[in-house]
This record gives sequence, C-alpha cells and structure tokens, in this order.
Amino acid sequence: MQAAEHDAVFTSAEEQEKWLADAMALVQHHAFYMHRALDANNIRDVLKFSAQMLSELRTSKLSPQKYYELYMRTFDELRQLEVFFREEGKRGRLNADIYELVQHAGNILPRLYLLCTVGSVYIKSKEAPAKDVLKDLVEMSRGVQHPIRGLFLRSYLSQISRDKLPDIGSPYEGEGGSVMDAVEFVLQNFTEMNKLWVRMQHQGLVRDKEKREKERSELRDLVGKNLHVLSQLEGVDLEMYREVVLPRVLEQVVNCKDELAQYYLMDCIIQVFPDDFHLQTLETLLGACPQLQPTVDIKTVMSQLMERLSKYVAASPDVLQEFLQVEAFSKFSHSVVEVIDAQPDMPLVGAVSLHVSLLTFVLRVHADRLDYIDQVLGACVKKLEGKGKVKDSKATKQLVALLSAPLEKYKDVVVVLKLSNYARVMEHLDYETNKVMTVVLIQSILSNSTMISAPDKVDALFELLKELIQDSEGQPLLDMVDEEDFQEEQNLVARLVHMLVNDDPEQMFLILTTARKHFVQGGPRRLQYTLPPLIFTALKLVHSLQAQDLPEEGEGSGSVSLKKVFQFLHQMVEALAMVPAAELSLRLYLQCAEAAGDCGLEPVAYEFFTQAFVLYEEEVSDSKAQVTALQLIIGTLQRTRVFGVENRDTLTHKATGYSAKLLKKPDQCRAVYICSHLFWVEDGGTIDGERVLLCLKRALRIAHAAQQMSSATRGTSGPMTLFVEILNKYLYHFEKGNPQVTSSVIQGLLELIVTDMQSEATTHDLEVDAFLASTVRYIQFQKQKGDSIAEQYASIEVQ
Amino acid sequence: MCCPEVPPPEMLTLRSRGSARKGELRRGTHADDDDSFGMSGRAKPSNFPSRTTTRGREKNFLVGAFGPPCKVGIEFSDAETRKQASVKKENGQVVMVPLFLGQDSVAGEVRIEPLPGKKVEHLGVKIELLGQIELYFDRGSFYDFTSLVRELDVPGEILECKTYPFEFSTVEMQYESYNGVNVRLRYVLKVTISRSYATNIVEYRDFWVHNYSPQPEINNSIKMEVGIEDCLHIEFEYSKSKYHLKDVIVGKIYFLLVRIKIKHMELEVRRRESTGSGPNTYNESETLAKYEIMDGAPVRGESIPIRLFLSPYDLTPTYRNINNKFSVKYYLNLVLVDEEDRRYFKQQEITMYRLE
Repeated sequence: MQAAEHDAVFTSAEEQEKWLADAMALVQHHAFYMHRALDANNIRDVLKFSAQMLSELRTSKLSPQKYYELYMRTFDELRQLEVFFREEGKRGRLNADIYELVQHAGNILPRLYLLCTVGSVYIKSKEAPAKDVLKDLVEMSRGVQHPIRGLFLRSYLSQISRDKLPDIGSPYEGEGGSVMDAVEFVLQNFTEMNKLWVRMQHQGLVRDKEKREKERSELRDLVGKNLHVLSQLEGVDLEMYREVVLPRVLEQVVNCKDELAQYYLMDCIIQVFPDDFHLQTLETLLGACPQLQPTVDIKTVMSQLMERLSKYVAASPDVLQEFLQVEAFSKFSHSVVEVIDAQPDMPLVGAVSLHVSLLTFVLRVHADRLDYIDQVLGACVKKLEGKGKVKDSKATKQLVALLSAPLEKYKDVVVVLKLSNYARVMEHLDYETNKVMTVVLIQSILSNSTMISAPDKVDALFELLKELIQDSEGQPLLDMVDEEDFQEEQNLVARLVHMLVNDDPEQMFLILTTARKHFVQGGPRRLQYTLPPLIFTALKLVHSLQAQDLPEEGEGSGSVSLKKVFQFLHQMVEALAMVPAAELSLRLYLQCAEAAGDCGLEPVAYEFFTQAFVLYEEEVSDSKAQVTALQLIIGTLQRTRVFGVENRDTLTHKATGYSAKLLKKPDQCRAVYICSHLFWVEDGGTIDGERVLLCLKRALRIAHAAQQMSSATRGTSGPMTLFVEILNKYLYHFEKGNPQVTSSVIQGLLELIVTDMQSEATTHDLEVDAFLASTVRYIQFQKQKGDSIAEQYASIEVQ
Repeated sequence: MCCPEVPPPEMLTLRSRGSARKGELRRGTHADDDDSFGMSGRAKPSNFPSRTTTRGREKNFLVGAFGPPCKVGIEFSDAETRKQASVKKENGQVVMVPLFLGQDSVAGEVRIEPLPGKKVEHLGVKIELLGQIELYFDRGSFYDFTSLVRELDVPGEILECKTYPFEFSTVEMQYESYNGVNVRLRYVLKVTISRSYATNIVEYRDFWVHNYSPQPEINNSIKMEVGIEDCLHIEFEYSKSKYHLKDVIVGKIYFLLVRIKIKHMELEVRRRESTGSGPNTYNESETLAKYEIMDGAPVRGESIPIRLFLSPYDLTPTYRNINNKFSVKYYLNLVLVDEEDRRYFKQQEITMYRLE
C-alpha cells in the first residue's frame, strides 16, 4: 500500500522517465558484459549477455514513445552483435548452428531478436535460401502477441530484412527465392503488425481510450513502413500489384475493422504506390472504400486519391487517355454514391465534401466535360433530396465550395448556367448562404465582365438568383434586414442588368421581358432597385431600334417594335409607381417621355407626360419634392418637341398652373420664371415672346409678394435673390432676342433692385450682393463687347 | 476492495471437437503433481538453461580400509579411445567416466601394487561386474540385477606389482546408467582381495552405460483440444510423441476461444521419477526446461508456433519399470499464465529415446 501511495506522487511522465532511465542503465550494464564477451569471442557469454540485455525490452511499463527510445538503444547494440555473428561465420562456425544456438534462449522476446539478427547474417551468407529464413522468422515472430513488443520486434525484422529480400535484381533472388516470396514475406509481416496494432486499442482500461489512440498513432508508421517496403520492391509491377499486393493489403485493411488503421492505411496505400498503379486498379481500391467502418473519415481518403490522380494528369497530360480508358470518373462517382450509402451515419458535410472532391477532380481532369460536372451536382442533389434546406453550417460551407468551384474554374457564369443541377443544389442552401452564393455569382459575372446574351440563360440565371430577386420562405422579416445590406444586394442585381446584352433587338427584348418577369415577383422593395436599370436598358434598346430605323409598327407579332418597347416601359414604370415610388417613377416617366419624343411618337410621349402629371398630382405631396418634380417636368417638356400645338398647350398650361400653385412664394416665383422657357424653344419649337414676358412679370409679382410677406412677418424684407434671379432670366431672354423683353424693362428692374438693396428695410446678404454685382458686371461686359449684343445692351445703363 | 473471484479449483472438462482427443486443462492451484507451480509461479525462466542439480544424499560407498597394504588400480584396455560420459556427482561436480553400450565387452587389467616393504597375503583375487539399483529411501540397499565374476588369482601372496587382465565379453547390460533423485542405477567393476584376518581389500571402478534405441516405427503426433468452458479453448499439436535426446519439438498452439487475459505461455519439459511399488511408490518431478513460447495475449484464431531444441537439456530416455524398481517418464507441460498469475496447464507424456 505504501509503495502505491509513493508511486502516486510521481506524475506518469516522471514515472516513465524513471523507468526508461532504469531500463537504459540495465541495457548499458548488460551491453558492457556483452562487449567483453564479444572481444573474447566467447559466443556463449555473448548470447547470455545479449539475451539479458534484450530482456529489458520485455517491459510493459513504458509508453510507446519511451519504448521506442529503449528499442533504439538496443538496436545499436544489435548491430554490433550482427558484426560478431558475421565474423563467427568467417571463423568457420556454421550459420545454421548459430541459428539454432540462439533459439536455446528461454525467453521468447530476446530469443526472437537474436534470431532475427542471426537470420540476417544467415541470409547474407547465402548458406540458406533467403526465402526460407525469412519465412521462418516471420512465422516464429507470431510468438510475441503483446502489441507494442510485437510491433517493435516485427519492425526490427522488417528493418534487418529490407535489403535482403529476394527482389528482382537483388543478389538473393534465384536460389534465395523469387519476388513472390519477398512480397509474401512483407505482406505477412504487415498483416501481423496491423493485427497487433489494432489490438492495442482493445487492451487496457476503457477510460484510457483516448490516450491509447494517441499512442497508437505514434506507432502507425511502424505498420505503414511495410507498405513502403512493398512499393520499393522492383519486382512489384502493375500486374503483381493488381493481382497480389493490393487485394491482400485491402483485405487486411477491410477486415481489421478499425477506424484508425483503416484511415491511416488507405492513406498510406494512396501515398506510397505510384499513380499509374492507382489508375489501373481504381476499381479495386475504390471497392474497398464502402466496406470500411462507418466512422472512417473516408472522404479525406478519397479526396486525397482524387487529388493525387488529378496532379498526375496535370504533370503528364498524355495519361489523360488512360483516365478515359479506365473510366476514372464514372468509377469515382459510382464509388462516392456507394460510400455514402454504406455510411448511413456520415454527416451531411461528409457527403457533400465528397462531392466537392469529385467535382474538383473533374474540373482538373475533365475540364471539358460539363456533363460530368452536372452529373456530380445531380448526385449531390440526390443525396440532399428530402432534406430541405441544409442547416448544418459545415455542410453549407461545403455546398458553397461545391457551387463556387465551377465558377472559379470557368470564370464564366454562362457555363454554369448550362448545368441543370446547379440551381437544384442551390435550393438546398439556407436563406443567408444562398444569398451569399448569389452575391458570389453576380460578383463573378461583374468581375469577369461576362455578357449574358441569351434569353434562356437569363431565365436560368435569375432562377439561380431567386433568393435575391424574390421573397422566399426562409428569409427574415423585412424589418430585420439591414437596410444597407439589402441595398447593396439589390444594387448588385441592378448592376447585373447591365450585363444582359444582345445586339439583336428581338433577343434583347426577350431578355428584358424575361428579366422583368423575374423582377416583378420581387415585391415593392426590390422593384425600386431592379426596375430602373431595366428601364434604362430598355431605353437603350429604344435608341438602338431608332438607329436601325425600324418601322414604327411591328410587322409580325414576334418582332419587336418601338411601340412594344414603350408599352413594356410603361408597364414597368406603372409597376414602379404602384410601389409606391412616386418620385422615381415620375422621373422615369419623364425619361420615357423624352425618349418617345425623340422617336417622334407623340401620343406615347403625351401619355407618359400625363402619367407624370397624374403622379405629381396624386403622389407628390412634399413641397420640396414638388419643386424638384416640377422643375424636371418643365425641363423635359421644354426639350420635347414632338407635340402639336394643342397637346403642347395643354401640357405647358398644366405646368405653369402647377408652378403658380406651389406652396412657398420663392418656389412659386422660381417655377414660374422657369416656365418662361417653355414658350421660347428655338429650333422648331414655339416662340411666344408674349407669354414669356407674362411668365416673367408674374414671377416679379410673386417676388414682390414674397418680399412684402417677409417684411410683414419679420419686419425686414427678405433678400433680393429672387429679383436678381429674375433679372438674369430677363437678360437671358433679352439676349435671345425676345422682342417683348426690352432694355427699358431691364433697366427698370435693375434700378428697382438697386434701390431696394439700398433701402434699410432690406436684409443684406453677401451672396446676393455678389450675385447682383456679377450680374451687373456681366451687363457691363456685354456692353463693351462691341458686337450686336453690345448694341442691344447699349441702352441699359448701369452705375 | 475485494479480490477478484477465483474460479473453483476443480478439474475443468472440455468440449471435444473433430478428431482431436479429449483432454482437460488443469488449473495450477489444484494439482496432484507437485511443487513446480507453487514455487515457479513468478519465477522467470532462465535465459539459457543451466544443468539442473540433482538432489542427492551424502553416501559414501568407498569404505576406506585403514591402511591398506597395497594400491589397487582398474584400467580399461581401450581407455584412450573409449568415449566418455560426463556424469554429475552428488556434490555437483562433473566427472568423466568411460561409456559403454549394452552389448560391449568390458575388458582391462587390474593392477595390484603393494606398498614398498609390504606384502599382501590373500585368499584369492576376483573381479565382479555389477549392475546395481540403489533406492535412496531404502537406505543402503542394493539390488544387483547383473553380477558377473572372474577369479583373477588363487590364494597366495603378492610381493610386488602384479597385473591381471580381465574380460567380460558382450555383457548383457540392458539398463542404462541413471542418476536420479531417489534412485540410481549404476554399473561398477569391483575388485576384491579376500584376506583371512584383515578386512578384504575392495576397489570399485564406475562406468557408464547407454543403450541406443532404433527410430520408432510409429511416431504419431500429439494433437488435442483442451479448454475451460467459455473461457479458454486451445488446440495444440506436437509433431511427434517420441523424441530422441537431441530432437526438436515442433508444434503449434491454436487459440479457439480466449476470454481471459493471458500474459504468457511456456512449454515445460518435466521428468517424473517413480520409485518403489504399490503403496510405497515415491514420485519425484522436476522441471528440466522452461521455455517461453508466447508473450502477450493472443486473440481467437491466433496460432503460435513451437520450436524447442532438446539438446541443451540433460535428458535421459524414458525408462519404464526398470527391474520393477523405478520408472522415469517425460512430459511436455503447456502452461498458460493469465494476468492474475493464475496458471492453466496441460501435461502430455512424451517418450524419449536415445538415437545412435
């Protein structure tokens, strides 16, 4: 009891150190006597002390790592022993005799270490066929069933036999056996080592399981080394690999039913054997995959294999033919399905990442085979079937990887749009991720400047981008959405619209119709963002149609006509107006009106204006907005020259009417003097000086009223800005040669302003002063110019 | 804390299977035979065997006559060329003695050398060739199973050194010399100088006898399945049942069922010497060889090879009922030791013979 308590004081690491030190000291001690016996050529003592030294390896106390240190220490001593045995042989002692002599040792572990050591000398002497000695050694080693001790013993066997295998080209071939014997030997040693290694897991306490697993992975290379030896054998050609080596190794891998071992060994096989072997035995190798334990991380294994093979192609493209010959892809895809079926507990992420690997493989090896890619996606969809949206974040990540891979590869969305299963995979993404993915898609289009020029492609694309364009089930409430994010996304969609290009107007129109079809489903919030670019694209179409000089009326129903486009535009703006986005739609109406005007379509332009006015009346209520809207209307109207007198009068009348009805006097004033332009449109427009002057006078009146209102309410009259502005308008029209605007009128106004400015009641504003000053300066400048305008100005006097 | 339950120590029966013979595996805590596990439970087998010392009792046969008047020497005629056997004496010393075979002639000469200035008066000189069995528990009693006499001299006086040649031709020496624990069988030449007044002068000369056997015509393998119900089932096979003294035991152990944690497995060569008869039979067992054949715990389906060289061990042939006095038999004992140091074993007799 006391001893136990005392032991407990040590941490296990300290204990390990101590035990190792003790064992090392003893090895040292026995090795000393062994050396003395070696020097004295006393074989009996040599055997005695070497056996004692090796007895230290019988310990069960050491962790694998410490045991390894001890093993290495004795290993060095055994090298010297080997030299001694070789010299004994030269001195005339038969190797067979020494071989028997060492077997008199009573303990099995020292006995077998000695036997291996002698065995190596025995083979080297060629007194016996290598194959027989090897077979005996590997067979006798069965006696050590303790996992760690057995592993190290067999590792020693493997080490000393490595250069003595009867491989092709080796001096031990022929009488010593054939490469078949060599393979057989290594395979057997491998099998036994793996069994021991696997068994480690099942020994000892359950609570130490993790620790044991860690210890085991420290030992894995001992097992894996055998595979390496196999791969190094000259005589193992493709045929032997296919017929013997691989089936036997796989048999062991599958049968050991151990997660750690299966994963490691599969990885080993993939790493150590050459690429072309893998390619030619793909079916066998993949056939083993579904048979592995359900918990084995098989996806990593398979993706490594795929990666290796794709690198192989990359390095030497001429092997591609072989890939086709062995149908690498179909084997892989078949196997992926099988593996997933075989592992019902495989998390979704595993299944998806398998597909990602497969896809990567296809992209690297068969970049030209879109059908393969689609097949992979299809298989993945099949797996996801019935699972709805994928919730697992890791799986989602993999799905995104799956979807991004072709994009990155081809840098062309059009290619992706050819993949019928692409959208189906996307459907399984949850809302957020789907959105992210769509953003990725769009950005890919934008950054690669991919033009999308076919209506069906557009349809497919928008189908993909559904989550962005429409409301969908999983989306959070609109209030929860970050406004900025939303805008950014929608702006992306808007930018995307500009990538829809087709030179053929008919196709282009189809594209637009398709786009609209998708956009109108997006709800009012999106329409504000999505429709304007579409409208402008349509307007662009109008321009190009105009340039082509098509007949106004479409001949057949299929062909596109200006009228149709305008109808289309009308519908869109109308839709936008319903959102409601009055100001925006108003502007768009005006845009359309102008375009229609340019095309000479009077009724259409009129209709657009009408709509604009209606909107103004019904929807624009904010006074500032009204001012802006009115200015826009007036501006557009001024430029639109298509109207006949009647229509024109109606519209201008309406415009001036609204101007006078604005709420604030200054606004009224400004709107009214702007209206003056409506009656003075050069180059074929109306020129009506009378009404211009009317407008200006009215503006002046309003300005006066404003001034008075201001002095009535505040005691001082407001700034003289309005007057100066009106003065400028007068000057404009004066220069234009409006006969109604005379120099005397200007003179009068100027004086009025100057007087008012000097009156004390007026508040002084530096800006207005400057404005006035520069206006006056302008007049003076014009006077001095000395041409016809100067003559005009001559009559105006300034101080 | 309580101790792990120890299974009841009764003999455990086993399931028979196939052609293998029935047998039972015994647990070490219950055995009619002997001390070996008690003492060796934790003892490590030595790495290389050393000759086991025979336990013996101090016994002085050579009754030293007080001041004999002469020296008596017995020489074999072919002493130079004859093979010798190394024999361990009671005190552990190894001596070399001449070695004869069963039908050999024993010839030589007796040399009587009076001490200077003395003469030997005698009533006759004779030489006897005796084959004796000596049982130690039956103190001092000899059973002569062979006794041959040659008269060397008629009564008279010996004044100076005198030699007498003798020969026992093709002597029937059917038993081998043997030094055991409770018994020994020896061959000896005894020279007696009979004297009338003084005690007789007696001189002995030991020699060793081996008998070769032919290769046995039938030498079946030993194959058996043994086990403990639901705990351990093994099948073992030794390639032969009869071995010569320098033979190799080859075999394998096949594990059919393993539900205990085995630590290691060894193969023992045991010798059982039985002396006496009826109720006065004494059995003495020794373990001559302890040979580890497995380290660690095997699992079901594992097969462990056996290869044990017999040459390093001091073995004799199997002796059956020698002159109704004793027998020496050999056994292979397969011992499995579990992690709680419980021993499971199965003992199997093998026949040893001496091959020429």
